[in-house]
Amino acid sequence: MALDEFFVTGEPLIYAGMVSIALVTSAIIFLLTYFKKWGWLWREWLTTVDHKKIGIMYILSALVMLFRGGADALMMRTQLAFPGLEFLDSQHYNEIFTTHGTVMIIFMAMPFLIGLMNIIVPLQIGARDFAFPFVNAVSFWAFFLGAMLFNISFVIGGSPDAGWTSYTPLAGAAMSPGPGQNFYLMGLQLSGIGTLATGINLMVTILKMRAPGMKLFHMPIFTWSTLVTCFIIVFAFPILTVALALMTIDRIFGAQFFTLTGEGLPMMWANLFWMWGHPEVYIVILPAFGIFSEVIATFAKKRLFGYNAMVWSMIIIALLSFLVWVHHFFTMGAGAFVNSVFSVSTMLIAVPTGVKIFNWLATLYKSRIEFTVPMLWSLAFIPSFILGGVTGVMLGMAAADYQFHNSYFLIAHFHYVLIAGTVFACFAGLVYWYPKMFGHKMNERIGKWAFWLFLIGFHICFFPQYFLGLDGMPRRLFITNIAEWLPLNVISTVGAFGMGAGFAVFVFNIYYSYRYSEREKTGDAWGHGRTLEWSTTTPVPFYNFATVPYVDEIDPYVRMKEEGKTTFDEKKLKPIHMPSYSGQPIIMMSFFALASFALVFEWIPLAIAGLLGGVACMAFRSFDYDDGYYVQVDEIKRTERKARGL
Amino acid sequence: MANTKKRIPTQHVIGFLLSLVMTLVAAWAVIGSDLPKMWVIISILILALLQAGVQLFMFMHITEESSDGGHVPWNMMFHGFALAAILVAGSLFTMSFGFDHGDMDMDDGHKQEQHSEHSE
Repeated sequence: MALDEFFVTGEPLIYAGMVSIALVTSAIIFLLTYFKKWGWLWREWLTTVDHKKIGIMYILSALVMLFRGGADALMMRTQLAFPGLEFLDSQHYNEIFTTHGTVMIIFMAMPFLIGLMNIIVPLQIGARDFAFPFVNAVSFWAFFLGAMLFNISFVIGGSPDAGWTSYTPLAGAAMSPGPGQNFYLMGLQLSGIGTLATGINLMVTILKMRAPGMKLFHMPIFTWSTLVTCFIIVFAFPILTVALALMTIDRIFGAQFFTLTGEGLPMMWANLFWMWGHPEVYIVILPAFGIFSEVIATFAKKRLFGYNAMVWSMIIIALLSFLVWVHHFFTMGAGAFVNSVFSVSTMLIAVPTGVKIFNWLATLYKSRIEFTVPMLWSLAFIPSFILGGVTGVMLGMAAADYQFHNSYFLIAHFHYVLIAGTVFACFAGLVYWYPKMFGHKMNERIGKWAFWLFLIGFHICFFPQYFLGLDGMPRRLFITNIAEWLPLNVISTVGAFGMGAGFAVFVFNIYYSYRYSEREKTGDAWGHGRTLEWSTTTPVPFYNFATVPYVDEIDPYVRMKEEGKTTFDEKKLKPIHMPSYSGQPIIMMSFFALASFALVFEWIPLAIAGLLGGVACMAFRSFDYDDGYYVQVDEIKRTERKARGL
Repeated sequence: MANTKKRIPTQHVIGFLLSLVMTLVAAWAVIGSDLPKMWVIISILILALLQAGVQLFMFMHITEESSDGGHVPWNMMFHGFALAAILVAGSLFTMSFGFDHGDMDMDDGHKQEQHSEHSE
């Protein structure tokens, strides 16, 4: 393969991308070398199995991906507001909306939430780490390398361009030759395996490693949402894995599962994709519900209203999420009976979701609300999400869907649920738990600026899109110079840049708070913490809990504070068993990433070499008898006394 | 983690070899054998069932007692089977497009109705 086929050529924007990648990479290498930080990076981060550090790496990667996906979005909005400018051509536009969708769902929303789960769930249930810390590191590197593989596609080989749904036959080898679509398949496959492993890992952690006395119905609601999400992950992700594998075999080895020829069944891809894809949207929304529940209860200073109803509605949502997938392709042409069945099951989901909304409102009712930044995000979520939910029910009516399908009405709907739900929750959760992670709060004043810019920008951006959809503007269209559409498109673009500004202020706030925020002295940063994570000291010691408390109620930390107790009992100290750091996860997943990269370009010998390397790492691991180490009582005593000022 | 003694996992090795052999036999039945089509399908279905059995008994602790938290292995497996049923039945239902393919008499009228709708 010639070098000019390997690199993408001919696009000024992409050349700029290449230059910035080269500059940023060399700047990072220079800084690490100049400050002699390579050893530190390897010892403290790349080999870590500590759930808190892995969580931070997840969140950092997710923020980078949010920047990338957001840049894609702004480029699309620029093209749509100024179609005469010819900012993007048709091919480039196709690539950008494909990567925007994929990056935002797979590499932004999920890792952000998984990052928060990583840090918070063990702290909430009184555990010292995940059930399988090594596997947790493997999961992170699978996700990270999968994300990087997907992201280099725009400078090497060319981006996928068949939409984030990657429908066949368009995405098949006949109509999309070349490496682009393979990047989608291999990037998702690699990171999907990581997600699946995390699902199993967290499920076992929550089921097996809760503090003594803590029954399932004593768990904090965020942990509950994580448990339910893990069930969805474990049941839904294998479907994606298989579907991706089938399409890979189709594209690389010439099988005919989803092709038009050879008795292939192209719509089978849509069927399998959405059997995973619909549960997937609940994978990203249920943890968001959990975060909002925690934040609302904390700043309303009340116990969450209807805790049991909240839990059961999540479980029912999880069950129903596996029974509605056909509503994503009502217009496939199935008969009235098929569509009716899925129309009804879709509307059923609105019931438990409505229950949750009313429970949040009831929690707020007659409470003294404290308007902190995480609370603002949570309060803004409720009305914004309802707008998305109601239009979702409209889309769920099969007959009406024939009008709405693939129009901007749909685009507005799912951005209303995904941004007002998931993205607001990511921001709320990050700001809320930020002091626990980094030892200082984010600045409230700048945080409010970021919030209002983002919220107002969001509504200006997406509300007009409902009407664009009703005016007949289809999605994935790059020419919009139709007089009726243009004004609304310009308004929408203004809003998009407002969101961009909000995000920029948010990131600036991270830097500003690092420099100027007051350092935390207590573990309970907001003063109203209700659950176990706030009972730990800040910064959290690497073993989390010196002594694990006995818990037999919801919100145990409220009573602890009333009675003036802490979780720490010096008399009960015992040596703590902790896992050792290991370089194996990153090395193992690098081999699999190499194999994936080779498969993208269909270099079979290199792919086999990479796979063999990965398998060799796994074999090596199975003869690795490192059982971790014990932290001695003296060391724990010293750490705790220092942290607690005893 | 009661049993962390370093011993050879005989059962797992046997299970692994058995599943490899059955996979190879299935591949041979499709590619190499001269069996009639119906028999090929029947034999690979039987092999698939045996394969599932090997997985369940050799690797997935189906015979194991319930653990401390009261979780029995077949509990989770039941969820797995329920999902597989939804997957298979749901896909057949959906990908039939809701039309049976002309086996019954009454179907003719129905089909023509569909046809005329499309040609309008």
